[in-house]
Amino acid sequence: MGELVQLTSFGLTEGEVLGALGRVKVRDVDYADLYFESCVSESVSMEESLVKRAAKSVSQGVGVRATAGEKTGFAYSDELTKKDLELAADTARYIANSPSGTHAVPVPVHHRPTRDLYPIERAQAEVATADRVSLLNAIDAEARRYDPRIKNVMASLNTEYKVVMVATSDGTLIGDVQPLSRLQVTCIAEENGQRQAGSFGGGGRVGFEFYHEGDRYLRYAREAAREAILNLTAVEAPAGVMPVVLGGGWPGILLHEAIGHGLEADFNRKKTSAFSHLLGKRVASDVCTIVDDGTLPGRRGSLNMDDEGTPTGRTVLIEQGILRGYITDKLNARLMGIPVTGNGRRESYQSVVLPRMTNTFMLAGTLDPEEIIRSVDRGLYAVSFGGGQVDITNGKFVFSASEAYLIEGGKVTRPVKGATLIGSGPEILTKVSMVGHDLKLDEGIGTCGKEGQSVPVGVGLPTIRIDEITVGGTQR
Amino acid sequence: MSQQLQQRDGYSQLAMDLLAKAKRGGATEADIIIADGETFSVQVRLGAVDRLTKAREKHLGLRVFVGKRSASTSTSDFTADSLNQLVAQTYILAKAVVEDQVSGLPAADQLAGAKPDLDLYDPTRLNTEQQIELAKRVEAAAMSTDERVTNSEGGDFDSSSGRVVLGNSHGFLGEYQSSSFSMSVSPVATDPETGAMQRDSWYAVQRKFAKLDSPEAVGLEAARRTVRKLGAKKVATQRVPVVFDSETAGSLMGNLCSAVSGYSLYKGASFLAGQLDKSLAPEYVTVYDDGRVVGGLGSRPFDGEGLPTRKTTVVERGILKSYLLDTYSGRKLGLASTGNASRSVGENPSVGPTNFYLAPGTKTAQDIIKTVKQGLYVTDLIGFGINMVTGDYSRGAAGFWIEGGELAYPVEEITIAGNLKDMFAGIEMIGSDLVFRGRIASPTVKIAEMMLAGS
Repeated sequence: MGELVQLTSFGLTEGEVLGALGRVKVRDVDYADLYFESCVSESVSMEESLVKRAAKSVSQGVGVRATAGEKTGFAYSDELTKKDLELAADTARYIANSPSGTHAVPVPVHHRPTRDLYPIERAQAEVATADRVSLLNAIDAEARRYDPRIKNVMASLNTEYKVVMVATSDGTLIGDVQPLSRLQVTCIAEENGQRQAGSFGGGGRVGFEFYHEGDRYLRYAREAAREAILNLTAVEAPAGVMPVVLGGGWPGILLHEAIGHGLEADFNRKKTSAFSHLLGKRVASDVCTIVDDGTLPGRRGSLNMDDEGTPTGRTVLIEQGILRGYITDKLNARLMGIPVTGNGRRESYQSVVLPRMTNTFMLAGTLDPEEIIRSVDRGLYAVSFGGGQVDITNGKFVFSASEAYLIEGGKVTRPVKGATLIGSGPEILTKVSMVGHDLKLDEGIGTCGKEGQSVPVGVGLPTIRIDEITVGGTQR
Repeated sequence: MSQQLQQRDGYSQLAMDLLAKAKRGGATEADIIIADGETFSVQVRLGAVDRLTKAREKHLGLRVFVGKRSASTSTSDFTADSLNQLVAQTYILAKAVVEDQVSGLPAADQLAGAKPDLDLYDPTRLNTEQQIELAKRVEAAAMSTDERVTNSEGGDFDSSSGRVVLGNSHGFLGEYQSSSFSMSVSPVATDPETGAMQRDSWYAVQRKFAKLDSPEAVGLEAARRTVRKLGAKKVATQRVPVVFDSETAGSLMGNLCSAVSGYSLYKGASFLAGQLDKSLAPEYVTVYDDGRVVGGLGSRPFDGEGLPTRKTTVVERGILKSYLLDTYSGRKLGLASTGNASRSVGENPSVGPTNFYLAPGTKTAQDIIKTVKQGLYVTDLIGFGINMVTGDYSRGAAGFWIEGGELAYPVEEITIAGNLKDMFAGIEMIGSDLVFRGRIASPTVKIAEMMLAGS
């Protein structure tokens, strides 16, 4: 194979990269890597029917890392000269207490990732600002046409074009181009002095044309408007323990918070996760099988390779209720003696690699979603959520509904105001008694935060019934 | 080397050069922010170094106006070629959006003249060994006080310093340096009977190294906060009085701060829209935003648009007296900026607090707890269950059950819910324990009643 194309874009030669790598990989260093990144992000936004904001940001840099035992040395620089690389290398290897000097690292095999999950040409990613402006204008018109009670529409289109190159001391030199796009719409509805908001959005590792397929952008506008109008008539949410039916798709945030974070290898290596001692044990009912899969084409959480150059994969976390595995990066896999799953991710060259989720979802069951709703006498049906959070150590997690309804006598009745649901990660999935056949992945809006780093993720869920969970409303 | 304009002392010159270039390229107005800094952070875990991170970084943000149109760009690449391109691209972007009648720089006569030294910078540089030692001490203190503390997420010591240069085409040029030193530790405690684990953390942060609490004090507090959570249980669903400790009360001030942000208000996305000069809370509630606190974590001599910072009374004796505004959101609301423009490099200005706080009362936290027969003392809140448009509030909580004026036992896996309007109106008592550990702070607060959902 020829020269890796990313070398040219960073203005470096293979010799310079390997030289810096050799400088970090001193005797006591188990593993070292260099992560080069260049990122262009653009955003255009609209409010009050005016597309009045446009912004563009360019960043470039390198992160240099050395690990020795459990120790990590890390330095980064926004300059890519030989001198800056050497300085970063010397800082990163400080943790190893080894004498300096350049050491041989294996000659890397150049490669591209073995597949391309997001084949978008640069030309396609670079869309004329005028086209983005007309997309946002059309969204404004569509939302206002949906209902005259829509008083304001805010929409933004954010795109990111990231070129990365990873050189590792275990003999990899690999590059990837990672596009990312998200279109978000928020509507404010007003009636009789009451105001409410509704939001909807989507995206992925996709080009601009994605939003035009089947007029997705217009659907986003209508959905945001619909939620805002619906919430105008929402009644107070109930408080207390009750059965809850979650709709498909984005409510999969349940899995992300309740079990996903708790199965990240770093917390389990340190034995600070509520799941630390539960491998091979039952943590869910036998209708639950949950995977983390970074290989789905075009998805927001997907990657051809993770940020350590490992191809992403599909990891079974829970199989018919039994905890099967953790998601790992190289450091934690090595220290725990378990497989590398391709989940080593970082927000940017300025952040360290951590084991992170990609797309996390529950496999489909067999039941008709209607039947699941019919099974509940009094409870909640929640179909859309805002954010969630978890305390890894005691396992308590929350996620907050933004569109939910009462179920009364097996029927979906009145919409209720937003409410937070709280439960215990290792227990909640044992209370899942019914799983629908309607697995849906989310629209592509998820961002996960951990140790101050944000990375794009996906979630998915079929309709499920949770027999009991605490709902944080205001009404008895 | 002529390509590299990265000399620190050259940033003012660089700012002026780029502003001139933007004007020559067709901009009618422009402003520029250049930030650079260095950070060094150390994490130890179970007494051994876990992670060392060291870096220096720089960033430049340009905002260009072409008549009433504007766009913003940013880059970390300061080579002449890249900056020339940036200027050209910003102009093109600005031409692509529509006119916005109220856009533009602040009026020239409002820009900060005198730029006071607020004592935000400490030149102290700790070497690697010193920082490792401090991180080890804070963790050791947390691990050694109680045998139920069995594990740790680590002890951290971070130091950082940086400089901000802001200039605009009205001729404003300002610059200041700041620093920060912080330490934290997250111990894990195990219940000897059930094996259930709890984690908590404590921290200290200051602009001056000498003002930091001792690592031992921080570690002890972290251990105390962690061990006291062991044995937590759910309580029954009911309406109860709720006492927020100073940390969680600070989050309520954070909610208030978002609700009085000019951008939420003019978009109709805040429950406080149209509430200026109306009653928000009882008359013993007064809230300030003060950008001029000497050494304050949120202090700065001028805001993200070059306007002087100041002390704003947001709530005076229960009445909502002022929003927090920058020039744009102020113009949208027909009001003057309050000097609260906050600027992340590469983005348009937004509104942010400086030092935002609830004025303290006279009672200790214990006095306040004593007034509660049966209720909840909240020490942790999780999740994002707040609708800023309506004020509806529903969050995950943990803390202690109050029985007969005493903390009886720890509680977890519950939610508390209400509406922020009712919650502010329902403030019954305010503690004397105001301490700044960030830009937003509050003493202990007692709220008359909220819905608790549990078992």
